[in-house]
Amino acid sequence: MTELASYNFAYLDEQTKRMIRRAILKAIAIPGYQVPFASREMPMPYGWGTGGVQVTAAIIGPEDVLKVIDQGADDTTNAVSIRAFFQKVADVAVTTHTADATIIQTRHRIPERKLSEGQVLVYQVPIPEPLRFLEPRETETRKMHALEEYGLMHVKLYEDIARHGRISTTYAYPVKVAGRYVMDPSPTPKFDNPKMHMSEALQLFGAGREKRIYAVPPHTDVVSLDFEDHPFEIQRFEQSCALCAAHGVYLDEVVLDDKGGRMFVCSDTDNCEDRREHGHSGEMLAPSKEAAE
Amino acid sequence: MATPLVVSEVFKSFTMHLRDGLKLAVVNDVNFSVASGECVVLGGPSGIGKSSILKMLYGNYAVDAGQILVAHRDRIVDVAAVDPRTVLDVRRHTMGYVSQFLRTVPRVSAIDVVAEPLLARGVDAGEARDKAAALLAGLNLPRELWNLPPATFSGGEQQRVNIARGFITDHRILLLDEPTASLDAANRKVVVSMIAAKKAEGVAMLGIFHDEEVREAVADRILDVSAFSPRKAVAA
Amino acid sequence: MNDTPLFKVSGVSKFYGQRIGCKDVSFDLWPGEVLAIVGESGSGKTTLLNCLSTRLMPTAGSVEYRMRDGQFRDLYHMSEAERRFLMRTDWGFVHQNPADGLRMTVSAGANVGERLMAIGDRHYGNIRATATDWLSRVEISTDRIDDQPRAFSGGMRQRLQIARNLVTGPRLVFMDEPTGGLDVSVQARLLDLVRGLVNDLGLSAIVVTHDLAVARLLSHRMMVMKDGYVIEQGLTDRVLDDPREPYTQLLVSSILQV
Ligand SMILES: Nc1ncnc2c1ncn2[C@@H]1O[C@H](COP(=O)(O)OP(=O)(O)OP(=O)(O)O)[C@@H](O)[C@H]1O
Ligand SMILES: [Mg+2]
Ligand SMILES: [Zn+2]
Repeated sequence: MTELASYNFAYLDEQTKRMIRRAILKAIAIPGYQVPFASREMPMPYGWGTGGVQVTAAIIGPEDVLKVIDQGADDTTNAVSIRAFFQKVADVAVTTHTADATIIQTRHRIPERKLSEGQVLVYQVPIPEPLRFLEPRETETRKMHALEEYGLMHVKLYEDIARHGRISTTYAYPVKVAGRYVMDPSPTPKFDNPKMHMSEALQLFGAGREKRIYAVPPHTDVVSLDFEDHPFEIQRFEQSCALCAAHGVYLDEVVLDDKGGRMFVCSDTDNCEDRREHGHSGEMLAPSKEAAE
Repeated sequence: MATPLVVSEVFKSFTMHLRDGLKLAVVNDVNFSVASGECVVLGGPSGIGKSSILKMLYGNYAVDAGQILVAHRDRIVDVAAVDPRTVLDVRRHTMGYVSQFLRTVPRVSAIDVVAEPLLARGVDAGEARDKAAALLAGLNLPRELWNLPPATFSGGEQQRVNIARGFITDHRILLLDEPTASLDAANRKVVVSMIAAKKAEGVAMLGIFHDEEVREAVADRILDVSAFSPRKAVAA
Repeated sequence: MNDTPLFKVSGVSKFYGQRIGCKDVSFDLWPGEVLAIVGESGSGKTTLLNCLSTRLMPTAGSVEYRMRDGQFRDLYHMSEAERRFLMRTDWGFVHQNPADGLRMTVSAGANVGERLMAIGDRHYGNIRATATDWLSRVEISTDRIDDQPRAFSGGMRQRLQIARNLVTGPRLVFMDEPTGGLDVSVQARLLDLVRGLVNDLGLSAIVVTHDLAVARLLSHRMMVMKDGYVIEQGLTDRVLDDPREPYTQLLVSSILQV
């Protein structure tokens, strides 16, 4: 602690936080628009969510309760170390319970539990520019955003259908925000796209290496792009969670042994635990649970 | 309009810049007119300027001075002075031209080459092709050639395509540059009767015919171009 | 005859520092009219074409375009958004190198469909049907619809570029050496195709070429450029059959027959 005492609250100096907050305010004022900001070096490598960490550091206060997830889980190395980082540099309370958190920093998922007013969801974003894959020139993509020229996004979806017979994009599925800017929702599964629409929570996106911040304010239209004859659809899982029997949630496939045994479990570990605590049990758990009783 | 074509005081020379600006006077003070239903034949020796006159009338050659007045739509147009767009409109609607050689367009079939002037005037494609087919049949072009591009046709076959193309419209003025040069006797007769039919319709025609027999058959009047030759003036 | 020009150019000049790109060019282009701009390498053809198509801002001059609502607009005073919209709807631009005008890594169908999607077409089946129709109109076998232009020959790429441009029914198409870099037989096919499309669709076109045979076959009217100046212009037949200027005579005499 003595060593860390030389750092300001939440690691960043107040000057930097003000700069980032200005970028955030601008991003909220122009939903979906990528605001450039002077991304700082953080004591962790790019790819570890330095953009999200800077956003969190700029908005977090002593009263906040922080939750960090990676692919829906609170206990991965990445999530654990970011949570530990803020405990050290901001001395804030942390939680794994979605409902208790005031700030949730995430990589690759949106919690299953509906977020509520006052909560902030901070996304770690690797590539903020949805047009990049078809138009590598930054000057051109900026112009396309400015002039609302988004035909290219549909070219990408067209290619999907031509090649696979359907829109096969499942992650980072492009959305149009508030009827104006096309936005990359970061590599969340398209399963989560509908959760962004009219969310009560504030959603902030930070891309550290690319030095961009963007936002979706509460109660904002977020529409996934599609074709009339190939409408947007989320992934559907036939199975239910092997642990908590949840239906209609995002499931991860877990390989059990080298004989091809596998099971599907909730990607959102907090939601899964919560359900089990409330008495739900999946096929994998049911027998052992009964045996234990 | 009884006289749809009037040529007045036309002068034409060529300046050959690649040959030290050599100036070649072709015709001086050309004056004549062609009435409806009349076929005027340009006469005179080779190199005297017969084709040059046709080319000036059609807009391919510029003129140094003078007027080429054409009754076009409901007004008089001076082809020597108007803009390219008007020249093209005159070509489309008023003045047809049968050149000595067909300028072939790759891949366009003979029947479409013939039908094109009608299509350019907005005639329905089926109707244009029917008319083209009738003309080609009349000119004895073997049916199996109709759907081939004329690039590989013999001289006489190409010329018949060219004639059909020139005669397919109801242009009020028709310029004919040796349309029968490569034809056999039978087909020359066909052309002579086609010209007679155009006359009967009141078309004004100006032509060059080297074949004396054809000339006798079609000409109402022969205009000796030597009269406009600047060289004659020098010799005198 | 339609009595209003589509495109009015007056006094367009472009300087690169002291150097003249093109100087004081004026003309009107009418609906359905094809204008060829010819001249040797470096004479300013591409500079002029780029100024006319607003890809380049000229140093002086103005260009007015008659919009679909019949109103003339000064192109150099339009907003960039309007200009870009015009360029992908009512105009086409066919580049000499198809790679400059195509997306080489997306399928032929998407290349043709892009403009439709850009103007808000959101029905995959319709977009694909239109793309299929256009591929056949430019004589590309429709079973190539999902292939990328990378796998196409030069002639096919050029035809694909043309389809991509014409799919929105533009009224004006700019072409920079559309047959350059193609084999002679491939050129003939392309020219014939372009000629047919221009006639059928009643397009206006401005075609830059150094090939007088292309000018003869495609254009109604032509302009000869030298050192950035238009030195001669007129009906294409007239300029080629009776060239007046020394330079035009040289150009015409240095080719076999056009
Ligand atoms: N970006 C530039 N900067 C400086 N000079 C230029 C530039 N672009 C063209 N020029 C000059 O302007 C003149 C006209 O060039 P332009 O490219 O317009 O010719 P062109 O007729 O299209 O030639 P080509 O037939 O080779 O394509 C030339 O002298 C050329 O070197
Ligand atoms: Mg050029
Ligand atoms: Zn579960």
